[in-house]
Amino acid sequence: MTATATTPFADVTASTATLRRFLHGLPGVDQVGVEARAAGLATRSIKTTAKQFALDLAVRMIDLTTLEGQDTPGKVRALCAKGRHPDPADPTCPPVAAICIYGDLVPVAVEALAGSGIHVAAVATAFPSGRAPLDVKLADTRAAVDAGADEIDMVIDRGAFLAGRYVDVHDEIVATKAACGDAHLKVILETGELATYDNVRRASWLAMLAGADVIKTSTGKVSPAATLPVTLVMLEAVRDFRAQTGRQVGVKAAGGIRAAKDAIRYLVVVNETCGDDWLDPDFFRFGASSLLNDLLMQRRKLATGHYAGPDYFTLD
Amino acid sequence: MGSTVFDYAPAPESPSIVDIAPSYGLFIDGEMVDPTDGTRFKTVNPATEEVLSEVVAAGTEDVDRAVAAARRAYETTWSRLPARDRGKYLYRIARLIQERSRELAVLESIDNGKPIKESRDVDLPLVAAHFFYYAGWADKLGYAGFGPDPRPLGVAAQVIPWNFPLLMLAWKIAPALACGNTVVLKPAETTPLTALAFADICRQADLPPGVVNIVTGAGETGRALVEHPGVDKVAFTGSTEVGRQIARSVAGTRKKLTLELGGKAANIVFDDAPLDQAVEGIVNGIFFNQGHVCCAGSRLLVQESILDDLLGHLKRRLGTLRLGDPLDKNTDIGAINSPEQLARIRELSDVGEAEGAERWSPPCELPDRGFWFPPTVFTGVSQAHRIAREEIFGPVLSVLTFRTPAEALEKANNTPYGLSAGVWTEKGSRILWAAQRLRAGVVWANTFNRFDPTSPFGGYKESGYGREGGRHGLEAYLDV
Repeated sequence: MTATATTPFADVTASTATLRRFLHGLPGVDQVGVEARAAGLATRSIKTTAKQFALDLAVRMIDLTTLEGQDTPGKVRALCAKGRHPDPADPTCPPVAAICIYGDLVPVAVEALAGSGIHVAAVATAFPSGRAPLDVKLADTRAAVDAGADEIDMVIDRGAFLAGRYVDVHDEIVATKAACGDAHLKVILETGELATYDNVRRASWLAMLAGADVIKTSTGKVSPAATLPVTLVMLEAVRDFRAQTGRQVGVKAAGGIRAAKDAIRYLVVVNETCGDDWLDPDFFRFGASSLLNDLLMQRRKLATGHYAGPDYFTLD
Repeated sequence: MGSTVFDYAPAPESPSIVDIAPSYGLFIDGEMVDPTDGTRFKTVNPATEEVLSEVVAAGTEDVDRAVAAARRAYETTWSRLPARDRGKYLYRIARLIQERSRELAVLESIDNGKPIKESRDVDLPLVAAHFFYYAGWADKLGYAGFGPDPRPLGVAAQVIPWNFPLLMLAWKIAPALACGNTVVLKPAETTPLTALAFADICRQADLPPGVVNIVTGAGETGRALVEHPGVDKVAFTGSTEVGRQIARSVAGTRKKLTLELGGKAANIVFDDAPLDQAVEGIVNGIFFNQGHVCCAGSRLLVQESILDDLLGHLKRRLGTLRLGDPLDKNTDIGAINSPEQLARIRELSDVGEAEGAERWSPPCELPDRGFWFPPTVFTGVSQAHRIAREEIFGPVLSVLTFRTPAEALEKANNTPYGLSAGVWTEKGSRILWAAQRLRAGVVWANTFNRFDPTSPFGGYKESGYGREGGRHGLEAYLDV
């Protein structure tokens, strides 16, 4: 599917020179302008029925995440239970989109989520730094897929990108995509390390040309992680990419989004940049952990008219 | 319009914060007084056509009283006050504006029709900033470059337009007072309410009586004011036509004059522009405040090689603009200020079509009552079209193309106006090259319609003369 869909740009990736020319030929991003636009959209006032819709949609878009050295099967099972029934007191509360974990814990999650329709996402390719030989990264990916992960969150080689070795970055994504088989590939750009919006736009296009199903802001291990303007630039990229190739790529904003209010701002940006087609858990995701409880608290507030204390919401 | 899936629920700002009286008098000598020879007329909410209040069309005797009060205040108190005390009053006014900013923003949106988003986030913060800025100058005039002890002029007659009622009031009153002048100000006939609310702020601030006088009314009142022999300074913001009349009437008198008039600004987009931000800048340039902006980027000059791409992005973006209730916090485009202005916009748009330009608007439902005009784009416009030459003062964009930078500059400058211009390019040297050659008072680079009290604003050619804002803005109110 990838090869045919990106045919209009087939010769772009032929060599370092053509790829560089293409990526540097993309329209620039004016920092002041993009930040002003994001700040302007953040002033939208989302009330009553619109808020209800947005809160539920945000819950359905969450990749509920734990990526710690101290993760255990018990922790992952607890997270899966939470993902199935985020608010045990409210049967109308939808489940999350996916559980996002390290590759070695995939079997635990697969078992815990059986029959729920919730995806199992594994980070791979020497997450979060991506500093390992390619065969190690690909083995990491294959192991996760073999264990039952149906979504892979890979990291790009930021060192290669910043050094201008775009073909290396591209080929690595292509190889990882091949290793994924049927699993969906999310490509983490780690925008906090790319530093400029021009780089974010170029990396977005590079990942899409290489076959990414979703482009993702951050690992969550680098600050700044997701920001509204960075996500806006990536959304513009997927919108323009579909207009030119017909293929629709998703976006995942990960890290640093903790409040329901912020999640709603992201949805407003999705809505006004890309429109209805991206207001869907298949095409927009939040990588988050603590965000979920704030969404639940705001849902309950909207339904009952008052805030319940934090102890009314579960910790995992 | 907008999304069918994610439909924003109404989010109206409550109008209960404002208290509009059924009728208003004139603010003369520190008090609200009944007119001597003035008549009364109604002011309406342009979004609903509902009558808001009755205000006075001040007559010549009323203007006389106001000018006499200003003269008295100038001679007896204001010009004798230590400069730092003038500053103190201005700081006090600035703080009161901040404290009452929500009320003033709502009132401005009700009387003018502009979206609350703009009155709240643009107008009111700038109004307060202007008073704060000139408050700081009051006791530092000796360092402004006009000699060690520059003197005020006396009584200033100030006539302001309806597009930014309170902001234009601030642009006029803050520097005048900081320099030691007293003022008689006439707000536009369709938007008198925030100026009358400002009168209340003057009282709250204990400003000495007569330092600020506000006379409401239409053209006749304005004429009586600027032609009054007791006036030392005339400052006008409005149409070029009225500006010409005023220039004629003050010719041969001692009065100093500053005029801020119309514009037909070129917004130039080069092929290496940051495309998405340029689109935002175009939208902000012409659809901000329904295009009721003298420095609006009403002529879009696009390098022909990126025309289709840019138009595609622009049209998609215009589809997301939300037109409707000005008090809804999600409204992007409010109401046209008056039926007269709506008629003018309609007339010139019809001319554009008749002259062969292609007219386009996004699908857009207009409310049944009130004065509304959809965001409109004309493509295929040439310099010979009237819509490329005349100021429409509405949400109507004329799109022209150019082939080379030299041609862009030639077309941009080929207008009797010269208030503002925009340049969009990622190339710094081209920005500097263009800015040196554009005959416009303000040149924005990779942005549009940004204002700051520290930055002077004013026109070349038929866009007027004199500068408002910044250190330059002091000159208009000092005897230099």
